[in-house]
Amino acid sequence: MALSLSTPAKSAGRATDPAPRDSPLRRKRNRERLRNLGFLSPWIVGFSVFFGYPLVATVYFSFMHYNQIKAPTFVGLRNWRYVLEQMPLFGPALWNTLWLVVVMVALRVVFGLGIGLLITKIKTGVGLFRTAFYIPYLAPPVAATVAFVFLLNPSTGPVNEMLSWIGLHGPNWFNDPNWSKPSLVLLSLWGIGDLMVIFMASLLDVPKEQYEAADLDGAGAWAKFRYVTWPAITPIVLFAVVTGVVQTMQYYTQALVAGKLASGVSIGPGTVIQPGYPDHSTLTVPQLVYSLGFQNFNTGAACVLSLVLFAIAMAVTLLLMRKSVGLIPAED
Amino acid sequence: MTTTTLNRPDTAVRSRPNGPGTAGHRRGRILHWIAVHSVAVALALFFVLPFVFVFLTSVMSDEQAMSGDLWPGSWNWSNYSTVFHTPGFLGWWRNSLMYALLGTVFTVCSSVPVAYALAKFRFRGRRTAMILVISTMMLPPQVVIIPMYLVWAQQFHLSGSLWPLIIPMAFGDAYSIFLLRQFLLTIPQEYIESAKVDGCGEFRTLLRIVVPMAKPGIAAVALFQFFYCWNDYFGPQIYAAQNPGAWTLSYGLESFKSAHAVNWNLTMAATLLVMAPVVIVFFFAQKAFVEGVTLTGVKG
Repeated sequence: MALSLSTPAKSAGRATDPAPRDSPLRRKRNRERLRNLGFLSPWIVGFSVFFGYPLVATVYFSFMHYNQIKAPTFVGLRNWRYVLEQMPLFGPALWNTLWLVVVMVALRVVFGLGIGLLITKIKTGVGLFRTAFYIPYLAPPVAATVAFVFLLNPSTGPVNEMLSWIGLHGPNWFNDPNWSKPSLVLLSLWGIGDLMVIFMASLLDVPKEQYEAADLDGAGAWAKFRYVTWPAITPIVLFAVVTGVVQTMQYYTQALVAGKLASGVSIGPGTVIQPGYPDHSTLTVPQLVYSLGFQNFNTGAACVLSLVLFAIAMAVTLLLMRKSVGLIPAED
Repeated sequence: MTTTTLNRPDTAVRSRPNGPGTAGHRRGRILHWIAVHSVAVALALFFVLPFVFVFLTSVMSDEQAMSGDLWPGSWNWSNYSTVFHTPGFLGWWRNSLMYALLGTVFTVCSSVPVAYALAKFRFRGRRTAMILVISTMMLPPQVVIIPMYLVWAQQFHLSGSLWPLIIPMAFGDAYSIFLLRQFLLTIPQEYIESAKVDGCGEFRTLLRIVVPMAKPGIAAVALFQFFYCWNDYFGPQIYAAQNPGAWTLSYGLESFKSAHAVNWNLTMAATLLVMAPVVIVFFFAQKAFVEGVTLTGVKG
């Protein structure tokens, strides 16, 4: 920032200077280069120190045996072999993460779009409904998860209590390996507010005339959605899918807290427990990274897993770039 | 209520051409209204009832909270003061507030100049820089967490505090840079040019012209960052776990449940107290918020 502050003084100097060796054009260019560097400097430092360096270090540690006490020793591909071939939890963690990526993202997009469409049809009290649909998105993930573990508590939770009124025996939700991931999906649908707002905005942007023209042609509701709405919102749907995939790959807090609380083990945070209760059904890849690196102090294996996660996330990001939803400035 | 529907101008206009079947037409509209609003009410229950149940349980007595009862037999407001007097709880509040406020200020101050350069300066490598910003935004934080932790713990001896989370925010946050850039693109170049003609340096142009015009965007980014810090669980878990004095509300809440394993009433009271600040902030800053969420969508 000091760099950029010095620019005005320089430009004042140039006006009176009788142009020495440097041509004014070159001086201007140099000044602009300094200015650009000055403005970008926080990010250049941040990117190198908090992203570039640790990424290189992760690769380095993935070939090392390091327990965070003794100095690291080189072990070649042993960590990679261990994670990819032997580690029993790698398979379940990858499966759970992929399951969540597919099911959670798909349902969230469909549900968010449905809610967005519904909002555009509501005539009375739209503001009230919009706020009601949006607020849960704001609930801090930990608080929302604690609330859902309570609501879906198999024996005394309000949901199973109400199900019993109509003679249904509710499932064990977070305590049943078959229901724990669907319960997490339910939690994520409760926080649909972000997608709702994005879809709502894009639905309102669809030109009214096109609907009127479709009306004149006698198009039904489905035809109007298929041929007028859908083509107009496809970029937003794509955007929602890709950001959803990226977010779900990082899915950590809710799965961890739900598993810990539902297990009912009386523990403080930081206590070592087998993650992913029940039966590893809520164990995600990021949780496994944490567990390997910060509970088992197996730095090498944790770094290998980080890199696997990095590779998958990078692939998805590149897909986004390819489909370029107007995110990147055109070449100039 | 139906009259509101029928009085809408577009309805009136549209029903005129097919003049005859008005009665059937009107019935169709009313049925449509009923269908849409029943679905909306049912969905509203799905979104609102969890809050209601959490609240009702938070004022139950200890014994009742263990039963399946939905309605409190007596209203025990003292649960809230019990939560507040739990050792550590007020400290968690203070830590959360410090993390969120400092994090927000640092992020905004460091990200605005970067976003401005990416939006308004033309230079070689701008596109590459933008791609790098988006890449960092997309990557899971777990990817670089282990070397990061080792640096903060072994070189700077800052584990057990929230500083390893706050300090990096003084060096730009990819997501905030991205959002701010999207917003700054909409500011007409002419304003910037004319400021320069008037003799403003680059930095003064940014402070005096661009920042005031970008207030809605900056407000949205600040809110997002505040919420991100307030909600963060992973960060405090990595760096503050071993020192309860540095825990945040989001992190402490989980231990609260573990310590009060059977006291759902106290846990629910604490849960509401963690949710309350964000909901209150939202009601005061609703417009900036919705603007920000829309900004994340495609506007480039």
